[in-house]
Amino acid sequence: MYDSHVALGAQMSPFGGFMMPIQYSDIAAEHLAVREHCGMFDVSHMGEILVTGPDAEAFVNHVFTNDVTTLSPGHVQYGMMLYPEGGVVDDLLVYRMPEPETWLLVVNAANIGKDYGWICQAAGGWNVKVSDDSEHYGQIALQGPDAEKTASDVLGLELSDLVFYTFKETEWNGEKVLASRSGYTGEDGFEFYASPEVTRKIWDAFLSAGVTPCGLGCRDTLRFEVGLPLYGHELGRDISPLEAGLGVFVKLDKPEFIGKDATLALKAAGLKRKLVGMELIDKAIPRAGYPVEADGKQIGEVTTGYHSISTDKSVCLAFVGLPYASLGTEVGIRIRKKVFPGTVCRKRFYDKKYKK
Amino acid sequence: MSKIAEGLLYSGSHEWVKVEGDMAVIGISDFAQKSMGNIVYVDMPDEDDEVVKDEEFGAVESVKAASDLYSPVSGTVVEKNAALDDDPGLLNQDPYANWIIKVRMSDPAETGSLMDSAAYGEFLEKQA
Repeated sequence: MYDSHVALGAQMSPFGGFMMPIQYSDIAAEHLAVREHCGMFDVSHMGEILVTGPDAEAFVNHVFTNDVTTLSPGHVQYGMMLYPEGGVVDDLLVYRMPEPETWLLVVNAANIGKDYGWICQAAGGWNVKVSDDSEHYGQIALQGPDAEKTASDVLGLELSDLVFYTFKETEWNGEKVLASRSGYTGEDGFEFYASPEVTRKIWDAFLSAGVTPCGLGCRDTLRFEVGLPLYGHELGRDISPLEAGLGVFVKLDKPEFIGKDATLALKAAGLKRKLVGMELIDKAIPRAGYPVEADGKQIGEVTTGYHSISTDKSVCLAFVGLPYASLGTEVGIRIRKKVFPGTVCRKRFYDKKYKK
Repeated sequence: MSKIAEGLLYSGSHEWVKVEGDMAVIGISDFAQKSMGNIVYVDMPDEDDEVVKDEEFGAVESVKAASDLYSPVSGTVVEKNAALDDDPGLLNQDPYANWIIKVRMSDPAETGSLMDSAAYGEFLEKQA
């Protein structure tokens, strides 16, 4: 789809080993289109790993932090894969497919090779088949309050029966499409998985209907505003999901999973740092890697920061030492040569609007 | 195409200078504002701060990234454009009418190394 993006005037940039559109017109305009109406993203770079076989359910539960035994076919779960030491291999979505013993894992583009290797290595001794099907899947995310109506008007797909984090396999123009009510923007919306050829046709159909094409630039500003993590920023090999505030997706009451012991040990010992939100008084922008200071010393580091398009405030996510993590704590953020005053606030700068 | 205002001097890092006696009025070129996109914050030095030719004196922030500003001359800041604090987007609307700082030059001969509008035009073509 590279040529289609370039034809639309997109500014292309390498991301996760792919040339991806960062913006088509303007990040702020694309961002607001998603918040107010709807916009679409070509996220075909995401990875799809299929796990099948008699042990598939037990095996996915072994490598995944959430509890998939509670998942019925047609449902989706968010969670992570952990290293035995408790850090994060990747965060991902697990789809329980309608076919028996079939699970689809949707992973971050930059981590496809690492994840596939990790899963294959972990699969020794389990009666499962693991395959990297990323080449066979494209993906379009249609996001925003008008997404349901747009999918119905443009594709003729009736999706009002889906609630958030459910999906169905359907057909469009006689072609197979997996329609999932999910996304990475904090808005209602859908992620359509199909073959690369059909993905291109879906994109063109939405484009002809006037749907705003959106780049990865506003995908990041949108996910950030609602406090959703991005691997490599809020998650990584040296970060525990507990520190990132994602403990709700780590089911420590499961009998076992990779990383459980380390996570339990960290919980027992107590966290040393935590991911928090911060709001600045000035409009200078705190960006990833900038130091956070208090009491005359560095107490943390920014993971993502923007001038929030929806709220018109300079805000960031940052890891800080636990004594500085409570709401209202006054901190300083070093931006170039100056230190700008800020306050610890909620990680969600803008409220999610999912269809429950 | 980027606009290039006549009668100004330009640096390779896309700042412009308007020389008025020993004073230098400094801003960013149309090419610079276009490549940054929506400007949401301008980090400016304070009055009486020293700036040094080819060294960073502030930054312009868009949604995407921060771009450092490099001083085309050396001297002392006599005024910053406070209007940019309230409306940084002025730099997008008209980058030549909206200056960033005014500097009293310590060595006005330094402007000799800057490009005139014609030379800057050729410079931009080579970059494209």
